[in-house]
Amino acid sequence: MAEIKLIDIKEDILSDNQALAGQIRDDLRGKRVFLMNLMASPGGGKTSLILQTLKRLRERFRMAVIEGDIDSQVDAEKIIREDIPAVQIRTGGFCHLDATMIERALKELDMAALDAIIVENIGNLVCPAEFDIGSTRSVMILSVPEGDDKPLKYPLMFSVCDGLVVNKTDYLEGSDFDMEALKERVLRLNPGIRIFPVSCRTGQGIDDWAQWLSAEIEKIKNWKSSF
Amino acid sequence: MHELSVMESILNVVLKHARQHEVQRVVAVSLRVGEMTDLIDEWMQRYFDYLSDKTVAAGAVLKIERVPVVFQCESCGTEFPVNIREVRDTACPACGGNKARLKSGREFFIKNIEVM
Repeated sequence: MAEIKLIDIKEDILSDNQALAGQIRDDLRGKRVFLMNLMASPGGGKTSLILQTLKRLRERFRMAVIEGDIDSQVDAEKIIREDIPAVQIRTGGFCHLDATMIERALKELDMAALDAIIVENIGNLVCPAEFDIGSTRSVMILSVPEGDDKPLKYPLMFSVCDGLVVNKTDYLEGSDFDMEALKERVLRLNPGIRIFPVSCRTGQGIDDWAQWLSAEIEKIKNWKSSF
Repeated sequence: MHELSVMESILNVVLKHARQHEVQRVVAVSLRVGEMTDLIDEWMQRYFDYLSDKTVAAGAVLKIERVPVVFQCESCGTEFPVNIREVRDTACPACGGNKARLKSGREFFIKNIEVM
């Protein structure tokens, strides 16, 4: 009867992804390119927010979009129609993007000709929160019809983001969505997060959002290495 | 849903160490998993069984230790556990401050494997 031995491993599973993500982030900063990881549920308004954002910022910054999708390319087609460089990542069933996929997608883009890249992650509030993709800033969308209780159900997503866009404020009237309760819940999980109520349909609030994003892109554009 | 990719990473690490030590069979895998990750023990085991089929790790039992979600108060430094799915108030029990940062609860750590 063979004896049972114990082998110490002490390895973090997500550490490979984390290390590569850190490398991507440093590399992009060196090239003065900003990368935003945009996450939301299906139908939360990721593509709409991207289109609204491009409209506001495309004159000022050279932008591109990386579209994550399980198995289609309708979103990328919408972006290309706007005459903005877009790369489609099809995950073939995977529920999130990870750093390896982003590294590959970045090779398709001309970094020297870009200031900012928006990554549209796969639509769900669970898995994308676990995987750092090397973004400069992570932003999530919560849409009003989803309800103000979502920070209680998906705490990790709300705690890893730098910005929260509360979309579809045009649905607020007549709903029981409590914006103040939402803000309180989110700020408790993540005191540093910036919250932007917007409606991609009416354009309400988009200017504030675009202003914040512009300032974040500028920070990278003007980033000076300490050497 | 991302159990599959996470379990695949676990299996790869386990198999790498099994090869290095030339083991015949992996009997158990001990993990430390944070409460904030949305993974259910039963499904982790099922996915592991599915992926490890016909490898030296086939049939290995996952021993999962849960790491509680702990916040640390930004004003006084007190660390306190939080039941993240029920709590409506994450105020610091020591000073009442309501700015706290996540201290633990996101772990995904392989501690060791038992092998023959």
